[in-house]
Amino acid sequence: MSRLLPLLAFIGLALLLFVGIRMNSGKDTSAIPSPLIGKTAPAMQLPELALPESRLGIADLKGKAYVLNVWGSWCVSCRIEHPVITDLARSGAVVVGYNYKDSPEDAARWLAQYGNPFALVVQDRDGQAALDWGIYGAPETFVIDAAGVVRFKHIGPLTPEIVAEHILPALQEVP
Amino acid sequence: MKKFFASLLMLAGILLSGTVTALDPIDYQSPAEEQRFKALAAELRCVMCQNQSIADSNAPIAHDLRMEVLRLMREGRSDEDIKQYLVERYSDFVLYDPPMRGGNWLLWIGPFALLLVGGLAVTWVIRNKQKQPDAGGDTGEDW
Repeated sequence: MSRLLPLLAFIGLALLLFVGIRMNSGKDTSAIPSPLIGKTAPAMQLPELALPESRLGIADLKGKAYVLNVWGSWCVSCRIEHPVITDLARSGAVVVGYNYKDSPEDAARWLAQYGNPFALVVQDRDGQAALDWGIYGAPETFVIDAAGVVRFKHIGPLTPEIVAEHILPALQEVP
Repeated sequence: MKKFFASLLMLAGILLSGTVTALDPIDYQSPAEEQRFKALAAELRCVMCQNQSIADSNAPIAHDLRMEVLRLMREGRSDEDIKQYLVERYSDFVLYDPPMRGGNWLLWIGPFALLLVGGLAVTWVIRNKQKQPDAGGDTGEDW
């Protein structure tokens, strides 16, 4: 028995470490869980980016479930997730762009170059309002339900899998 | 040798200046405010670069959070209020000294539990050795 003890201790430690690694594998460990989930989203008091393609105003968002996508023309990962956002918007979801720490000129140029999937783009030039949302970078994506409650948040670029598994079901949820 | 020391000194200078410029100049209203701000900023963790406090970090979000902390201080909010304000937005992650709630108890208890298990194991091994002082006496010296 006493001869087996070191082996048992080793197996125990190995199991502990294995579980620790498994728990974190494939997950973005720098992503912070949002305390906003299940709570009412902060009031949107930002200027709209004047774009010819805008189909909605901030007032129109009331009573609508929508996706809020934080992006900036300076953000490389936003370009990577752009096709996913475009597909999401094409599928009928209302996607609102949250233009973070960007100039209106750069933002408009970026949208003209890659295509504009957003029904509406709001502008947060200095990132002050972003603090209320717990935003700390781009891209970040929120789902807000028809009652104005935050249902889901993802940090980092969206993938088709995240859209199918989290975004679309969250949009379907009835408040 | 002199050259070596000179370059060493220069390196130290560069390293030190790096940490100093991480904080942008702030016009403090009083030395007390400066002290309070620095103490508070050192206790808050940067959300972008999680092994740095917002006082140390160069990340833009750390700068924004520093300004927000200063703004709230000047509004007359207490340290606890300011921490609560940030926790409501960025969760317990922003605190270097997280409260014991939710899943956080493991953070607090874990190291002591491990220490206890280790201590018990050591006691057990020592007890066993004392019970049989002659056992394996001849092989014990070999290594």
